[in-house]
Amino acid sequence: MAETKTYREALRDAMVHELDRDESVVLMGEDIGVYGGTHLITDGLYDEYGPKRIMDTPISEGGFTGAAIGMAMLGMRPIVEMMTWNFSFLASDQIIQNAAKVRYFSGGQVEVPLVIRGPNGGGVQLSAQHTHSLENLYGHFPGLKVVSPVTPNDAKGMMLTAVRDPNPVIFLEAGALYGTKGEVGEGDNAVPFGKARIAREGTDVTLIAYGRQVSLCMRAADALEEEDGVSAEVIDLRSIRPFDEDTLVKSVEKTHRAVAVQEQWKWFGVASEVAAIIQEQAFDYLDAPVQRVSGAEVPAPYARNLELAAFPSEKMVANAARRTLYIEEK
Amino acid sequence: MPAENGNSENGDVGREETRGEGTVATSGNGLVDVYREMVMVRTFEEACQKGFRSGKIGGYLHVYIGEEAVASGFLSAFKEGDRVITAYRDHPHALILGAEPKNVMAELYGKGTGLVKGKGGSMHLFDVENGLMGGYGIVGGHIPLGVGMAYAQRYQGSDHITQLYLGDGSMSNGAFHEAANLAGLWGKEGLCPCLFIVENNQYGMGTSVERTTAMTDLAAKFDAYGIENEKVDGMDVEAVMEVAQRAADHVRETGKPYAVEALTYRTASHGAADFMEKYRTKDEVDEWRQRDPIGLLEKKLLENGELDEEKLEEIKGETKELIDDAVKFADESDQPDISELYTDVYAGEDEYLGEK
Ligand SMILES: Cc1ncc(C[n+]2csc(CCOP(=O)(O)OP(=O)(O)O)c2C)c(N)n1
Ligand SMILES: [Mg+2]
Repeated sequence: MAETKTYREALRDAMVHELDRDESVVLMGEDIGVYGGTHLITDGLYDEYGPKRIMDTPISEGGFTGAAIGMAMLGMRPIVEMMTWNFSFLASDQIIQNAAKVRYFSGGQVEVPLVIRGPNGGGVQLSAQHTHSLENLYGHFPGLKVVSPVTPNDAKGMMLTAVRDPNPVIFLEAGALYGTKGEVGEGDNAVPFGKARIAREGTDVTLIAYGRQVSLCMRAADALEEEDGVSAEVIDLRSIRPFDEDTLVKSVEKTHRAVAVQEQWKWFGVASEVAAIIQEQAFDYLDAPVQRVSGAEVPAPYARNLELAAFPSEKMVANAARRTLYIEEK
Repeated sequence: MPAENGNSENGDVGREETRGEGTVATSGNGLVDVYREMVMVRTFEEACQKGFRSGKIGGYLHVYIGEEAVASGFLSAFKEGDRVITAYRDHPHALILGAEPKNVMAELYGKGTGLVKGKGGSMHLFDVENGLMGGYGIVGGHIPLGVGMAYAQRYQGSDHITQLYLGDGSMSNGAFHEAANLAGLWGKEGLCPCLFIVENNQYGMGTSVERTTAMTDLAAKFDAYGIENEKVDGMDVEAVMEVAQRAADHVRETGKPYAVEALTYRTASHGAADFMEKYRTKDEVDEWRQRDPIGLLEKKLLENGELDEEKLEEIKGETKELIDDAVKFADESDQPDISELYTDVYAGEDEYLGEK
């Protein structure tokens, strides 16, 4: 059974499901309780579960994230809200130095079942300090799992999986899409990590993305179909670490062409990783160099026209695909 | 040590000499000018709210409505060469220091004529020439910068000081505690002329001070770092001006940091997009509104005869015209040229390292 829900409702559903199922689950974050969450993800939960389980925190990202790690080490399962991932730099010492590594440097004596979640990425004119896509940053560190669901169904299903995972999970939400609707499986529809999703089947070129950029690729695929008669396959990676190499490689073996799309900066990004995996594992199948579409190498600007120019566009994606097909750009 | 907290009768402590060359009329008779300045800030902020609602202003917008006496009062002690640093609620600081309202508004409208070329928006106003070292968006993140600036001022042999504005909510952040500790330490050697100004507007977003710390005496937190401190009624601009002058003189003379907690209230919502206000009651807001800093000053000036209804209307009319012009300018200005996307990333010849 499925129901139509927003991304926001889907996330809340998953957390409610786990709050009800497991008493060791607690939520923490700035203004998630009385205020209902600045993005209303946790609206109503404070009244339902009370202040011991829905914990409003001061503006102390390093402190409360570290405390959540400590709770997790003693068997609690905190879900920490970063009001936005931009504020996680203050907590990144705790996330990287403690959460990611303590299991290893304790010789396996402890585990950290912790979820850190919040909106990631830009697009709403928040300018330099409030616009980041951090999947490559956190994806770099062994010990962390990093996921980035884009459909409401995956938002719920991957949140269920995240809460049950015995490791720290960096849960990067498509903040710009909180209000978008989709079919969401009822009850326990956990979606496993490390499995990409074919968002659209095609035969001529593979467009690879995650998060908000998946929607961009879907639109670019439509344009390619209409304007050039090109059949593009779209892969939604969903999970950055672990990474589903198989689905990616199989698709490229079929299409022989690939475009990797990301909102973040080009250098040292996820798209580079995608390109490297393809050349390592599907080199003989390639008919064109793998293209990367990324943000301009600048801190995010405020002005609307500059911001639009700084991020990948549908046109940039379609043109990159055209380059792999050696057809004229538009 | 600064003298005890008392209101000077006419409050306009050395205003003419101390004010930097602002474009906002500050010449003439003290308190009336302060009044005009506060009305200008309020009118500007109301125009911003309107611009946000009509979609002309994007991103985050944080206005200063209800808190005008704090920036206005403290900046009355600003001397040319001093520095000011604050968070994202930064419009009044820019305006009072002398940025043209039209350039500030153009920034919020995302135009090339904006104070920072349309690159930063509301949260990142800079006007280095007039002393404003910026507005910053990460809560607490600017506090260490202000302490470093104060050190630099002494290191470079000047008698300038840094006015460092911070919110009540930011004091829960580690950066505050680390920076305050440094300031106290360097201040022992007379090397940190930093005036901490806590804009205690009672809330950090939807969380009251009581729900954020067990030690709600924010001024007293500075005791832990050896920084002298006091509180002031942040709704009474004369009281603020008195403390500001005394504290600034002290910091300037000794090179030691000093902290003032200004008790004020944000009568507007936290951000322009935040209408819910589930965290406070209408009664509470109304109660604070009774002590609106502009209303209080207006009443006083009418009572003591420095203003009459006619003059009042004149000031309001002139201010409205100034801000209307700013809005018009912002609206009519062009968006930044796309080539601006690639400038200012690096200093030096190669401003952009990447492909276009
Ligand atoms: C590190 C960090 N965490 C969270 C936020 C989101 N945020 C923006 S303003 C704000 C409240 C800050 O309160 P306060 O310091 O009292 O300043 P005020 O807004 O009241 O002027 C919060 C939590 C942020 N910008 N930076
Ligand atoms: Mg505050």
